[in-house]
Amino acid sequence: MTINETVDQIIKEFNLFDDWMDKYNYLIEMGRSVPLIDETQKTDSNLIVGCQSRVWLSSEYKDGIIYFTADSDAVITKGIAYLLIRVFSGHTPTEIVGAETTFLDMIGLKEHLSPTRSNGLLSMVKQIKLYALAYQVKEKNS
Amino acid sequence: MIEISEIKIQSVRDDFPILSRTIYGKPLVYFDNAATTQKPNAVIDAISNYYRNDNANVHRGVHYLSQYATGAFEEVRKRIADFIHAGTPNEIIFTRGATEAINLVAWSYCETFLHAGDEIIVSALDHHSNIVPWQAACERKGAQLKVIPVTPEGELDLEVLNSLLNSRTKMLAISHISNTLGTINPVADIVAMAHAKGVPVFIDGAQGLSHGPVNVQETDCDFYAFSAHKMYGPMGIGGLYGKTVWLEKMQPYQLGGEMIDKVTFAKTTFNEIPYKFEAGTPNVADVMGFGAAISYLETIGWDFIITRENDLLQYATARLSEIEGIKIIGTSPQKAAIISFLIEGIHFFDAGTILDHMGIAVRTGNHCTQPLMEVLGISGTLRASMAFYNTRQEIDKLVDGIHRVKTLFA
Ligand SMILES: Cc1ncc(COP(=O)(O)O)c(C=O)c1O
Repeated sequence: MTINETVDQIIKEFNLFDDWMDKYNYLIEMGRSVPLIDETQKTDSNLIVGCQSRVWLSSEYKDGIIYFTADSDAVITKGIAYLLIRVFSGHTPTEIVGAETTFLDMIGLKEHLSPTRSNGLLSMVKQIKLYALAYQVKEKNS
Repeated sequence: MIEISEIKIQSVRDDFPILSRTIYGKPLVYFDNAATTQKPNAVIDAISNYYRNDNANVHRGVHYLSQYATGAFEEVRKRIADFIHAGTPNEIIFTRGATEAINLVAWSYCETFLHAGDEIIVSALDHHSNIVPWQAACERKGAQLKVIPVTPEGELDLEVLNSLLNSRTKMLAISHISNTLGTINPVADIVAMAHAKGVPVFIDGAQGLSHGPVNVQETDCDFYAFSAHKMYGPMGIGGLYGKTVWLEKMQPYQLGGEMIDKVTFAKTTFNEIPYKFEAGTPNVADVMGFGAAISYLETIGWDFIITRENDLLQYATARLSEIEGIKIIGTSPQKAAIISFLIEGIHFFDAGTILDHMGIAVRTGNHCTQPLMEVLGISGTLRASMAFYNTRQEIDKLVDGIHRVKTLFA
């Protein structure tokens, strides 16, 4: 699936719920299936700053594709991390760098995922893009 | 103990327009009063009235409006002095808030009185605002920062404090009330203890002045800092009480404007206190709002405030304690209506996010008290901080909300 296709899929899934409680329930469930970061990767350099909960995000680059793993001590944050990983993991640096990130507005959790919230969402997106950019530069130089 | 009717509570709530708004379609339950209190109409009106009718710069003009504004401005200074029982209005300096007041003293006092090898004592209970400026002063001067430890109940360990006080101690800086745990520190006893060793005491009263009467002369503290926005007044204004003997000997903190006496390129001399510490055009409109807040508090009366807040504290403590897995952090018998707690197995961020969706505003995180969190071995708490306009029904909603959170994350 392309990044845009995954985004459309997620929007569809969230549109199934009218009630905010159900949306959170779904997010919480998803948090439980996040591809967990290896314990040894829970380092300070993989810690995302600017969140009330601790979030770690790690990346691996294999055959031109980036794979992300994450973990957090808060379940909602984990759910958010999972959404991002679903969208971005398994894509090339170029695809990730060029991707739109406005989809979070559209799944009806907007007020919670806005930049002013200390859930680390924005920092996570930024970190994902930074990883992609770094791999892109590396690729060009090699 | 006074009896308070539902009608009286509702009429007080009606003074605060924001309390009738909804959040996500649900009535707002505002339990973040330690961060900032809501503002009554009287305060909002005083600010807009000032800009509509009375605006002029203070201390500068012979014209009517300037003189009127100056008079009104100085009148608020006097009202604050009376409110906290300062010796004279000259002992009240307007600042942006408690943080600026602390920074003022940590710079101006330390510039004159702190030397290499000296010590300043702070507490592990305190807000970053009452730690970091002192830490920086110590670094600047080559002095040492000493820390009063906190007991598991969330009280200052006074025995250790006593052993820390010595002839090298140049300041003891503590808070009146802990913003995180609600602990009311025995400030008068602490001042007596420090003065017995010749040590002046700075009190961070950011949380102190909204929960009960303060008498700086009786307490005999040397400095007392406060923020209007935590006492139903506007943001961006607050103040510092300082004993005349200290203020007169301290260096000005910022320079320029009305704080100057005479300027030549050879030498500049400074105005008297309090003006020496008020550089630039002050925040006159918010001073008017602050004055209105004090009038409002006086009209409501401490009896009402204390009775209401005690009732809410006790009711909330009892109701929260009934919930399985709730742990209240900070169990001093001397507490203001501030309750920090944890829900077993659920991150405070998760709980706070869900409660928010139910219209319940609680604070989550470390509450700008990271050293305290470290002592307690936690990374943060949920905090419900109440004011006299809150109700038992709102506490019931919080309790229901916590039950829903527990179901959701089970
Ligand atoms: C105990 C305490 N000290 C200092 C401050 C800082 O107050 P302000 O931000 O109004 O300067 C606060 C506010 O959170 C506080 O609770």
